[in-house]
Amino acid sequence: MAKIIGAVDINRERCKGCDLCVVACPCDVLKLQPKEVNDRGYHFVTDENPDKCIGCAACATVCPDGCITVYRVVEK
Amino acid sequence: MTQEEIKQASNIVQTKPRLLNDNTMHYCPGCSHGVVHKLVAEVIEEMGAEHIAIAIAPVGCAVMAYNYIDVDWIEAAHGRAPAIATAVKRLNPSRLVFTYQGDGDLAAIGTAETIHAANRGENIAIIFINNGIYGMTGGQMAPTTLEGQVTSTTPYGRRVELNGYPLRMTDILAMLDGTCYVTRQSVHTAAAVRKAKKAIRKAFENSMAGLGTSVVEIVSTCSSGWKMSPVKANEWMEENMFVKYPIGDLKDTTSTNTAPSSL
Repeated sequence: MAKIIGAVDINRERCKGCDLCVVACPCDVLKLQPKEVNDRGYHFVTDENPDKCIGCAACATVCPDGCITVYRVVEK
Repeated sequence: MTQEEIKQASNIVQTKPRLLNDNTMHYCPGCSHGVVHKLVAEVIEEMGAEHIAIAIAPVGCAVMAYNYIDVDWIEAAHGRAPAIATAVKRLNPSRLVFTYQGDGDLAAIGTAETIHAANRGENIAIIFINNGIYGMTGGQMAPTTLEGQVTSTTPYGRRVELNGYPLRMTDILAMLDGTCYVTRQSVHTAAAVRKAKKAIRKAFENSMAGLGTSVVEIVSTCSSGWKMSPVKANEWMEENMFVKYPIGDLKDTTSTNTAPSSL
């Protein structure tokens, strides 16, 4: 059976830590950094569970700043 | 399959649109403006209209939109974006002309310009960001502020007997004969964002086809003005804003002409 594998690339410096992508993700892939901040002082988002990603692009769709690049591969 | 193997340029599903440049947006975290900017950039890119697009910026939070979307922009006086768009479109009918306005710009100081541009049936697209508050100046009451909503100028909530009722500008525009497509959308979920993108695309195509004025209202959040987290603001919008401003098409006289066109 074909398996869909996804991955996300996050522009950490552009991210403002609004948390909208974390809520939009259906697979709990993303998480805000609890302590670390970027140059502008925001708790940026990271892919906490990269293996769970299905490449649905919900996070990139709701991201107000276009920080997220989504990749998808269908493995046969 | 390793992460490096997946992260190839050929596997990209979605990324920052090319027309959205690298300047960091001044909008607050989670602001709906960012999403709508992204949609506008994507639609212009998909239509191949970057060389013929002329956008009119408002006064409000989106006043510096020209910093972010890489098309030609004109900055209008407060509320006068539809009047400028009228002139630009009449002088350059082959251009894609649209305005991008907030509720303080379109529904307060620019009410006359908006209504008359729509009533004349100018072939422009109007993108109307309705967040029910004056976000840029510190969260004062706007004409679209809901009854009972607390703002910095209505600290005990908006009172109808003192401040009147929330103004449903899009409903007024839908009644005019000059408008061909009037819709109300939102960008709080991925599905809603995709619908809003289709609406913006349709409005731009109507503008190029010369069918009349198209209005796309985007019911938005202002997490700073509402004093909520972005996630909480989305929930509050669903519970309160959608009651007064229900999502959906208000008018569509172009439904027979739905085939996507490329320029």
